[in-house]
Amino acid sequence: MATLEMNPAAAGDTGSTRRMTLNMGPQHPSTHGVLRVVLELDGETILKATPDIGFLHTGIEKQCEVRTYQQVVPLTDRVDYLANLSNNLCYCLAVEKLLGLEIPPRAQWVRVMLTEITRINSHLVWLGTHALDIGAMTVFFYCFREREKILRLFEMFSGQRLMTSYFRVGGLALDAPRGGFQAVRRFIDEFPSNVDEYENLLNANPIWQMRTQGVGPMPVDDMIDWGITGPMLRAAGFPWDIRKTEPYSSYEKFQFEVPVETGNDVWSRYRVRMRELRESAKIVVQALDGLPEGPITADAPKVVLPDREKMKTQMEALIYHFKIVTEGFSVPAGEIYQAVEAPRGELAYYVVSNGTGKPHRLHMRTPSFGNLQGLGPLLDGRLIADSIAAMGSMDFVLGDCDR
Amino acid sequence: MDFIVLSLIKAGLIAFVLLTTLAYLQWVERKVLAHIQLRPGPRRVGPHGLLQPLADVIKLLTKEGYVPSHVNKPFYFLAPFLGVVLALLAISVIPFGPEIEIAGVKTQMGMTDLSVGLLFILGLTSVGVYGVALGGWASNNKYALLGGLRSSAQMISYELPMALALASPLLLANTLSFREIVGTQEGFYFGFLPRWAIFQMPFPQVVAFILYVITAFAETNRVPFDLPEAENELVAGFHTEYSSLKFAAFFMAEYANMITVTSIATLLFLGGWHPPFPRELGSDFIPPLLFAAGGAVMLFHGVTQPRGKWDNITLPVFGLIFLGIAALFAGCAVLPMLEPVRQILLPVFWFAGKTGILLFLFIWVRGTLPRFRYDQLMRFAWTFLFPVAVVNLLATSFFVAVFSN
Repeated sequence: MATLEMNPAAAGDTGSTRRMTLNMGPQHPSTHGVLRVVLELDGETILKATPDIGFLHTGIEKQCEVRTYQQVVPLTDRVDYLANLSNNLCYCLAVEKLLGLEIPPRAQWVRVMLTEITRINSHLVWLGTHALDIGAMTVFFYCFREREKILRLFEMFSGQRLMTSYFRVGGLALDAPRGGFQAVRRFIDEFPSNVDEYENLLNANPIWQMRTQGVGPMPVDDMIDWGITGPMLRAAGFPWDIRKTEPYSSYEKFQFEVPVETGNDVWSRYRVRMRELRESAKIVVQALDGLPEGPITADAPKVVLPDREKMKTQMEALIYHFKIVTEGFSVPAGEIYQAVEAPRGELAYYVVSNGTGKPHRLHMRTPSFGNLQGLGPLLDGRLIADSIAAMGSMDFVLGDCDR
Repeated sequence: MDFIVLSLIKAGLIAFVLLTTLAYLQWVERKVLAHIQLRPGPRRVGPHGLLQPLADVIKLLTKEGYVPSHVNKPFYFLAPFLGVVLALLAISVIPFGPEIEIAGVKTQMGMTDLSVGLLFILGLTSVGVYGVALGGWASNNKYALLGGLRSSAQMISYELPMALALASPLLLANTLSFREIVGTQEGFYFGFLPRWAIFQMPFPQVVAFILYVITAFAETNRVPFDLPEAENELVAGFHTEYSSLKFAAFFMAEYANMITVTSIATLLFLGGWHPPFPRELGSDFIPPLLFAAGGAVMLFHGVTQPRGKWDNITLPVFGLIFLGIAALFAGCAVLPMLEPVRQILLPVFWFAGKTGILLFLFIWVRGTLPRFRYDQLMRFAWTFLFPVAVVNLLATSFFVAVFSN
């Protein structure tokens, strides 16, 4: 990728048509991470916006190639740190497909429940920071109050607040803790009233409407061409949701709607995400109600670590444990592309296996990368303040974008 | 000689009270905002963070006054002090009580009473734009420049509806001196409705009051009109390159401006230091009741449910102080021998109370509303505020011409 060069001479000439090149970021309060946007300004009007990404490149994809399959799971957390479990899930599903594993229903239900809570978590962070960008400071604190509860739930289940690594190839890392599901139930029963609270603060607020309605439209065809997915695409009237179109992890057994708006602006994206919060809450309730009993890991002794108890009593279990821990499990040669609906859009892992214990190649098709492609066209000809609103509505995470 | 000594004493007193108010206004803002936002606010420095303003002052004074190499030095240094000096100067013409007599010396509460006080303040706030605009320009920083540009455009646009909104009550009062304006708002209709400008016949100035409050938000660069320092867009706007004392000067100017605009609103629209209902109906008992209620709540919480570490000591102490103030006010209300004290305390109480409510409004709005966009802000001023202000002014002049005399 060619780097962007600042060219002071181009902006030089004095006169009425003098332009200013504003280097927004990589350190800027509203670029949410380290995104650099080079804005060419005429007064407050943006003539051209060029996003420059790559400041948060961590080389995760390459690192995955020298880790065993199970060791990759903690790396996937760090890709999109607001949708950690969606990334866990996507990776595990991909590898499980290569292995041909059957995941027991209880594990699938818990996975669905927790990924939907992840979606709520991610949307809450989005709503808070987006409102903060537009100047409504207080919403941020209300959202983070609920987010704190979610992080506590994550901590209950996995022992970690952010980097959960709770889903493993073959099932879950641990069974739910005592009182875990009751805690989820308490949170989710209360949650719709919290959403009412946020909507009370924003929906009828004329300034909020003025700032969001009609801002940042983009033709649907262009969106599809650029690879923009998720709430942005659905806010443009295109009902695309992997959970419905290519169900995974038993999503076909849950009743939920895919919110679609037709406004194709910041306001519609806000509406879509707010409705998704409620839909996700519904899915969590269904997962809690219909939670099946049974094991939490697949019956695959070569992949899943054996119980402690079995290790002490059965020779095979001890051998499998030793093999899995020292060299990992080997995955049949082949390649797989597994997509899930992450909070930000279509998240997919492309895994190539050469039959060894480590992935030959692992590529992540991350939603933030796709969505960011539309930034330039979205901002051309708008005002600086709009650029903040439009960028916020794209809901990107730079870690997710740069990997 | 007497005049000079008296003026010096008053200047010192007012400067002390004003600077303390400035510092504690910031504390109040942080506390109120924090409670709106589910946070406790400052709590570490002193009981309930009450020494936080002091700590802030020490911090800002002792910080390195970093000057970037690319700034235009004369204007860079001039801008913040221009801003703060003009903002503080405006307070000097604001009266906050009637004429009083202490130990045989008659004096007015307030630094001075210009016959054109309001014009003087309007002039000062107009010049105050220079502080922000110059600061933004001299910083030689793109964000600061954009902030300065936004701010000058905004303040100039909002000055028009502001001046028009202020002109309407002036038509009723027929004077530019604050003291006389407040004088015309004394008394009550039907024995209970105050003759404040927002109620005053022949044309109550409610519309002008609302217009003025809106433009006051814009003039002080407060949410939802805080575009010049919109941190999410322009990093810190016009004061991006300022640090330490120079930053503190901008900060002080903003808060001093807030106090000025709310005081003007109180003086012009809310009857200044006159009580909201007559003394015969017991307006003198409002302050003791309020203070007693506040003191009782603090005492109760401090004794029965202290939350913080020292709450069981600090809250009762504050409660007792409040009860003491309540007792003083109650004494003023019932004891004739405290009449001279009453003459000083009550006007100050009503003036501070009304100004305080308006200041609370400023903070409340900051915790509630998002920010306008630049073009929306301009459209709001020119297509809504300005026409409404003109119509209101015309209506006022019509009613005044027909019904007065």
